[in-house]
Amino acid sequence: MSKTVIHGIYDDEEQLLEGVTQLRSQGFKITDVFTPFPVHGLDHAMGLARTRIAITSFLYGITGTALGTLMMWYMMVHDWPTDIGGKPSFAYYMNVPAFVPITFECTILCAAHGMAITFFLRSWILPGVTAKNPDPRTTDNKFLILLESGDDKLGGIQSVLKQTGASEVNLKH
Amino acid sequence: MHKESEIREPLILANKSYSEISDDIIRPIKGRPNRSWYIVFTISLTAFLWGIGCLAYTIGTGIGVWGSNNGVDWAWDITNFVWWIGIGHAGTLISAVLLLFRQKWRMAINRSAEAMTIFAVMCAAIFVVLHTGRPWLDYWLFPLPNQFGSVWVNFNSPLLWDVFAVSTYFSVSLVFWYTGLIPDFAMIRDRMTKPRAKKIYSLLSFGWSGRAKDWQRFEEVSLVLAGLSTPLVFSVHSIVSTDFATSVVPGWHTTIFPPYFVAGAVFSGFAMVLTLLLIMRKVFSLEHYITVKHVEYMNIVIIVTGSLVGVAYLTELFISWYSGVEYEQYAFLNRATGPYWWAYAAMMTCNVLSPQIFWFKKLRTNLAFTFFMSIIVNIGMWFERFVIIVPTLCRTYLPSSWNMYSPTFVDVGIFIGTIGMFFTFFLLFARVFPVIAQAELKSIMKSSGVQYKNNGAHH
Repeated sequence: MSKTVIHGIYDDEEQLLEGVTQLRSQGFKITDVFTPFPVHGLDHAMGLARTRIAITSFLYGITGTALGTLMMWYMMVHDWPTDIGGKPSFAYYMNVPAFVPITFECTILCAAHGMAITFFLRSWILPGVTAKNPDPRTTDNKFLILLESGDDKLGGIQSVLKQTGASEVNLKH
Repeated sequence: MHKESEIREPLILANKSYSEISDDIIRPIKGRPNRSWYIVFTISLTAFLWGIGCLAYTIGTGIGVWGSNNGVDWAWDITNFVWWIGIGHAGTLISAVLLLFRQKWRMAINRSAEAMTIFAVMCAAIFVVLHTGRPWLDYWLFPLPNQFGSVWVNFNSPLLWDVFAVSTYFSVSLVFWYTGLIPDFAMIRDRMTKPRAKKIYSLLSFGWSGRAKDWQRFEEVSLVLAGLSTPLVFSVHSIVSTDFATSVVPGWHTTIFPPYFVAGAVFSGFAMVLTLLLIMRKVFSLEHYITVKHVEYMNIVIIVTGSLVGVAYLTELFISWYSGVEYEQYAFLNRATGPYWWAYAAMMTCNVLSPQIFWFKKLRTNLAFTFFMSIIVNIGMWFERFVIIVPTLCRTYLPSSWNMYSPTFVDVGIFIGTIGMFFTFFLLFARVFPVIAQAELKSIMKSSGVQYKNNGAHH
């Protein structure tokens, strides 16, 4: 059975949300949705799982805290303890207030960059990557639902798209 | 759909469709720059090149070519450093703090404000790099092992905290800015017809395609980056202030410095944002997006932070008297009535008195007046840093080391050079980058666009 690729193109994000909801409730599988800006409630309507990217940021952050602490302990206390301004560095706890700012900066540095890099890799957004949006207008003003279907469901999908206000329905065999 | 109170004024004036917003953003990129752009660019570039000349002279001869002397060993360099870093703070405040508070008016201005942050921090970096005296040894600032010529860096020192704070701030701001730019570059890529331009924007857009999952992650990343940048921006200027506050110099050794520096930074930064945006909205015809309401909001921030700065000045004066320490008392008396009284007077007039004029709605919604005031505030904030540094250092504990300071042409040249660099970069940015975060702007059109608000009012 040959698969047909369907582009349901909307002009309005509210109609798009309606279309996505209708398609899903009637049991049609949506491959992907492309929008020019973040549409609120779309991830919920599509049934996307919550992103865990904020959790990674927390993990990178505590890694940064640990690395910063380790660095300062090694350099100021372990490797070459120095007595600066009558404030000897014989133990980490003796100097801890002075270490707070850099510990904080290391935390932020790792949390921000780690998360950004994870985002770029996970979504595969990197220099030289070819864009995957099937229609160039989806970065401008069009909202596109991408579906794949066999001939049996084609009619049903098309009618839902039309009913919910799609301005264009394009088929690619 | 999210509905907004009718009392809130629309943020997008005129009937715009989504593609008209794209058109408005892409027009300066596709079109050729006009005469005034070339004139301003030439002036900025000349100033920049003059600055590079002075910079080369400083590196070649040594910082003896500056006006700094034995007593006043920090002068124009650190004044300019603190001034530029402070200016940078408004960009982060607009993009991060206003995002956390869900202030939609940030969306028209955050892109250029963040660009301003990046360029201002670059200007600031020039002064810290140079003031060490031997800039080719600046890698000693990094925590490198002592085979490189010194023992480990001193983590007790606020100057080292500064290295970490400023470099973290710069790189995180850059990532935050660039992440926001990606969808807008994608829009430009898909609208470009010339193959070469298409290729460049395709490279810049990292292959962004606007998938629902990518948007979901994008929003989460923006939110978390905003959450991380907010304490970061406060930490940066607090740490800059500890460069002064942890010393034992009378007039610097005060606990009020961190909040006072942060307030001053936001104050001067918003003034610089206004200076830039008032010109940009005119040149690129962005009046429908950067509206009088936006200007008014920024002016309100200026009254608030200007008043905070004023309270800080008065608190400092009171505490120095109340402390009963004669050195402390003298430091402040000397600032106000000593040889640099005129700098103190300029600071008080520009920063404390003049912003109070914005209590009048007529004046804070007057664009020409706002532009004039934004320059005044920038001058005032430059003098604030000058007053903190030079008059304090020229009258320290030992009268035998008292001496006056005056800048040389090299000091002035490097400062003018950084202003030239700042405007050169900003003008280039405005030519090839999307100056408004169009994707974000489109997402608020239905709640804050004028046509939707008027339709809503009929129900």
